[in-house]
Amino acid sequence: MKYSYYPGCTLKNKAKELDRYARVCAEKLGFELEEISEWQCCGGVYPLGSDEIATKLASVRALNEAKEKNQDLITLCSACHHVLKRVNDDMKNVEDIRTRANNYMQLAQPYQGETKVVHYLEVLRDVIGFDALKEKVTNPLAGKKIGAYYGCLVLRPGKILEFDDPENPSIIEDFIRAIGAEPVIYPYRNECCGGYISLKEKELSRSMTDKIMESAAGFGADMLITACPLCRYNLNMSGSDSAVPVYYFTELLAEALGVKEEVSR
Amino acid sequence: MTKAEKQAELIREISGTDPYKCMKCGKCSASCPSFSEMDIKPHQFVSYVLHDDIETLANSRSLWKCLSCFACVERCPRDVKPGKLIDAARQLVIRQRGQDYLKADEIPELLDPELPQQLLVSAFRRYRR
Repeated sequence: MKYSYYPGCTLKNKAKELDRYARVCAEKLGFELEEISEWQCCGGVYPLGSDEIATKLASVRALNEAKEKNQDLITLCSACHHVLKRVNDDMKNVEDIRTRANNYMQLAQPYQGETKVVHYLEVLRDVIGFDALKEKVTNPLAGKKIGAYYGCLVLRPGKILEFDDPENPSIIEDFIRAIGAEPVIYPYRNECCGGYISLKEKELSRSMTDKIMESAAGFGADMLITACPLCRYNLNMSGSDSAVPVYYFTELLAEALGVKEEVSR
Repeated sequence: MTKAEKQAELIREISGTDPYKCMKCGKCSASCPSFSEMDIKPHQFVSYVLHDDIETLANSRSLWKCLSCFACVERCPRDVKPGKLIDAARQLVIRQRGQDYLKADEIPELLDPELPQQLLVSAFRRYRR
């Protein structure tokens, strides 16, 4: 099984481990990640204005390359996933954006949202299957109590992201069970960490991540896992006494599959 | 059409939402993680657009407190999407020359060794052209 893969800017820099663990795990699980050639940054946030075209073109280029290779497009970073998925939805369903973006692009064949954008976790759930994953785990993380931190970007708006139930998701908890640990369900798992506000207003995002940490620790989590580099950064900025460590889900997956040592940091 | 009416029309256009559908249930404001920081609350945005008072919206602190977390968009039972209205007002401001909320010169002192690239690009896109 071969997928197009869009790593995004942060996975090439501050979140290298999110990417590297994902790659060794994919190899172990038997699917191949073929990186999009010369991908461009997605912009980090989806351009909400309905008249925004140029800011969506980087995504369209990546989506079209996957289409030309006849591959589904895998994302890992929550922000890239959010942006690519929403731009793809625009290209499929919003005629004005589709027409104007294609006028810019001048492709051999117009792009009309044909590519299927899937998050790495969705591949684990829908292609590999969590039961099959469980059987491949050689080093179950028994005894670990892990809180899933979803944040916003992979869940909302639910009608477009179609990742999981946006108010009561379960995919990361099921993942935690598959790697042999115990999921901790806590109320703030899909509350915002503050996102980009932390660039100019650290205190405001800290007040939000403190609440998340207190919620998670209060329900007994020893650690949190996430797919988003910005969530991880903001959560790590929490000054709360209850703060627990935050890991990328791919690191724990690599540990459970016994391939963590293959990644030299 | 007065200038105020034009601006309100532009907000409706950019946001692509219909503020007339709002039934003032307040779910958006109840869901907003930045509620206490906002001078104009998410459910009040609709009224300003309906009354063509974009000047007040454009000068509100709320524009820079919205996190684009889409809690209000997800939970709006009438599909009014206050987060998109707020973004449209923000666009109206930053599309004007010299109105960037984040200046490139500010960046160096905001950096720290752990700061992910994602944070910079996201803030650039929301705060400036």
